[in-house]
Amino acid sequence: MDWNILSWLIWLPILGSAVIILIPREKADTIKFVAAVATGIQLLVAIVLWTKFDSSTVGFQFQEKVSWISSLNVHYSLGIDGLSLPMALLTALLSFLCIFVSWKIEKAIKGYFALFLLLDAGMMGVFLSLDFFLFYIFWEVVLLPMFFLIGMWGGSQREYAAIKFFLYTLAGSVLMFIAILALYFACGRTFDMIEIMAIAPTALAGKLWWGFESLKVIWILFFIAFAIKVPIFPFHTWLPLAHVEAPTAVSVILAGVLLKMGTYGILRISYPMLPDGAVWFAGALAVLAMINIIWGALCALAQTDLKKMVAYSSINHMGFVMLGMSAVVAAGAKNGTNLIAAEAGLNGAVLQMFNHGIITAMLFILVGVIYDRAHHRNIDGFGGLGVRMPIYTGIVALAFFAGLGLPGLSGFIGEAMCLIGAFPVYRGIVIVSVFGILLNAAYFLWAFQRIFLGKLNEKYADLPEINRREIFTLVPLAVLVIFLGIYPTPVLDVMKTTLSHLIEIVQSSSLLALQ
Amino acid sequence: MNNFQSLRLFIPELIILSTILVAIIADLFYSKEKSYKVGYWVLTGLLLAMVVLWLTDKTEVTTLFLNSIALDPFSRIFKFIFILATLFVIIMSMRASELQKVRTGEYFVLLAVVVLGMFLMASSIDLIMVYISIEVVSIASFILAGYLKTEVRSNEASLKYVIYGAFSSGIMLYGLSLLFGLTGTTKLFEISEAIARLNGEGNLTLIIATIFIMAGFGYKISAVPFHFWTPDVYEGAPTPITAYLSVAPKAAGFALLIRFFNSLFGTGAVFEPGTWQSLEGIPWQQVIAVVAAITMALGNLVAIQQSNIKRLLAYSSIAHAGYILMGIPVLSQDGIHAMIFYIIVYLFMQLGAFFVAILISNKFGTEEIAKYSGIGFKSPLLGVLMALFMFSLTGIPPTAGFIGKFYLFAALINGGSQFYWLAIWGVLNSVVSLYYYMRIVKVMFFEGQSELELYLPSAVPTTLLMVFGIPTLLFGVYWSPIADWVQNSLIFFVVRM
Repeated sequence: MDWNILSWLIWLPILGSAVIILIPREKADTIKFVAAVATGIQLLVAIVLWTKFDSSTVGFQFQEKVSWISSLNVHYSLGIDGLSLPMALLTALLSFLCIFVSWKIEKAIKGYFALFLLLDAGMMGVFLSLDFFLFYIFWEVVLLPMFFLIGMWGGSQREYAAIKFFLYTLAGSVLMFIAILALYFACGRTFDMIEIMAIAPTALAGKLWWGFESLKVIWILFFIAFAIKVPIFPFHTWLPLAHVEAPTAVSVILAGVLLKMGTYGILRISYPMLPDGAVWFAGALAVLAMINIIWGALCALAQTDLKKMVAYSSINHMGFVMLGMSAVVAAGAKNGTNLIAAEAGLNGAVLQMFNHGIITAMLFILVGVIYDRAHHRNIDGFGGLGVRMPIYTGIVALAFFAGLGLPGLSGFIGEAMCLIGAFPVYRGIVIVSVFGILLNAAYFLWAFQRIFLGKLNEKYADLPEINRREIFTLVPLAVLVIFLGIYPTPVLDVMKTTLSHLIEIVQSSSLLALQ
Repeated sequence: MNNFQSLRLFIPELIILSTILVAIIADLFYSKEKSYKVGYWVLTGLLLAMVVLWLTDKTEVTTLFLNSIALDPFSRIFKFIFILATLFVIIMSMRASELQKVRTGEYFVLLAVVVLGMFLMASSIDLIMVYISIEVVSIASFILAGYLKTEVRSNEASLKYVIYGAFSSGIMLYGLSLLFGLTGTTKLFEISEAIARLNGEGNLTLIIATIFIMAGFGYKISAVPFHFWTPDVYEGAPTPITAYLSVAPKAAGFALLIRFFNSLFGTGAVFEPGTWQSLEGIPWQQVIAVVAAITMALGNLVAIQQSNIKRLLAYSSIAHAGYILMGIPVLSQDGIHAMIFYIIVYLFMQLGAFFVAILISNKFGTEEIAKYSGIGFKSPLLGVLMALFMFSLTGIPPTAGFIGKFYLFAALINGGSQFYWLAIWGVLNSVVSLYYYMRIVKVMFFEGQSELELYLPSAVPTTLLMVFGIPTLLFGVYWSPIADWVQNSLIFFVVRM
């Protein structure tokens, strides 16, 4: 099968973007239509890819490799495995829905949709690239449209938010750039990720830079880049601001996909290329995860702005992902070769990445719905909306319950698996983290009570109910939340083999051997 | 090769020389309003010189005029850079409204003189020639910077430029004479041997001489601490000249710097892959690394505070000089390759940014960044291109600026872990530069509203904008031809004839 299915996933939105630039700016409907078609086809292609994907084989499928700059050994190289497939699906799904979320954008429509499609292509490229050079270019390409989307279509503090976002993430990615170059030369001038995965552990062994082990230096450089993206405490301060100021659809993409680029990077790059680093850092990662969980939840509890609350809940939820990832060391001989825990942790982490993408997208869309009507997001400024907008209230309830991790909804399974996985190794941390779930329930339920229950605020007595377009954007997500809550196997099946292989790689690290 | 034989290989320079003479005479026949037509004469002459240069032997390595200048692929690629930059600047000058009020005949003649001087800078291998070529470029630049005679700031620019120029070239001359006294010769390649024969004696003199000579080079490339003239001169000079000074003479300064250090501290053999032999006892690698680090940091930190677009680009050009300098300390062919590659992409993005600034100044009458608000909506073409140049100057993929930085950092990382600190310092500096470059983009796009009336520049400026914009984007995606060309140009004249 060589009809370059992965290239289509990346180039369709770019094509759509180019077409939009050629359409005169008066034709707003045509522009939206093109954007919807481009992302729609992309989603279909992604689904086809999913059905054709062979989840039983280790390694990358649908690979494409063309020489790009031969003097530097740079290739245009794509491939997909059980780790990137869920992310690609998530990107395609959310991009498609976000076109409809953005339907009412009025300012500079042409620019908005052209940039949005570019953003889509960049994210897809990050998840599909197997060449470091290409990966880095896509990684940065994501920043440019994001900067404009926040800065031009955002809220009142948008300029500050956009620049802060850009500065933060660029600071991270330039450090990654240095790390990539270091790996490039250490591994004999190759950008090929698969080759580097094979060579790097031995190539870096025993090398010292200024008295530090080279692999630890590289690990830290990568980790800062990814930590800013996730974001991991203390690099998280750009996130609430950017999420709050961004227009709804962009917040959805930010929280739904962009944050996953960070954890994806750790699993795709740091773990397999620097397994010793992964083991060395696992304890710190678990602690940071715990801080993220508790800190995120406490901050969310303190917010009066609904969107900010949701933004902080993302920090909390990404903490579970990191906790799950740190569980990988359970597989080591030193920790009793507890493969089940390692698998639960890692699978839980990736599942949580996917589920959080869906849930947080719902939450942000729902915040956007109420903001479009009431023109503010102050949690205390509503009251009793449940009477006025029953359908909306129902969907919000579903999303909130999913967010707080109610069993039966998708949020629960991922978090539970992460906790179960980490428990044998990091008992104390897990026990503290569980309180995070409690706090989650507190702020979600409290916010729900203040907005929807109680006496109806007279100011909003004639607030219109959620409309069909908005329901259309929410229904697919709601269905997934319920379905994956009951039956997560389709997603778990896809990633299982890949993640087991990843566990084997980390397991082989000498740091995990019995002394 | 003796003087008479040399003429055969000196044809491009002779064409420029004839262009200068013809243009001076032609200027006599034009009225004040028509004097800009001298520009067409110069344009034609330079184009002719470029064609002839293209036809010369790409691989020829020899010396001319009794070993005073070298002819090698290294100088050849720089000559193309100089001519290209000058051609662009001539077209830009014809469009700049500030130059339409004055007689511009001599202006274009002087530009041609600068080109001749830079040609000699890139190829001189004799201390006397080094000095003369720098002075030719400098003196013509002094006049160009002060060309707007009626404007005080232009006068100020010129005067400051002269004082700093005289000062630093005086110091350099002293350094050169020390070098001569130490070695007894003015030929660079003989100096290298003479130094080797000294066996470490007179190292102190050598260090002082090198530092003094660095003052002259540092002044040309505006490296810290010889950068003080830059902002005032750049602000006061006519904008096209500012653009020109920030690119072409700087490139010439780097060409001279590379050749000088290569000849002096090189192995004496033909430039081979691998490293130069650094002179024992002189930590000049570290010195240049520190100068590079300070230069980029200072350029960036001061640029943050600027509100005038010309001053901002001036300070940022100091930062860029710092980035380019990073190629020197690693002493490798990769480093030189990266420097030349960066200079080529820098030419396009920097001149492009200046040209947008000129067009904005013509149309909207402002050089203040704060007054750029909404230009992205008033003129999407200018806005988008300015954003592109800003991204490229920051070094964000997929633009040419990123590839330029990529080569520089790759050379640094490949040079071993002793310069990793410089690499990390360098990338963090690009993050700092993002702040002020993005401020321009922010003002242009995040403020203001959609407009009905769009401003589109006329055909010639639009074409020139595309000439800057397309390579800035294209070389970010596909740059093999340029990289190969630079690679093939890394052949120096080093062996004694």
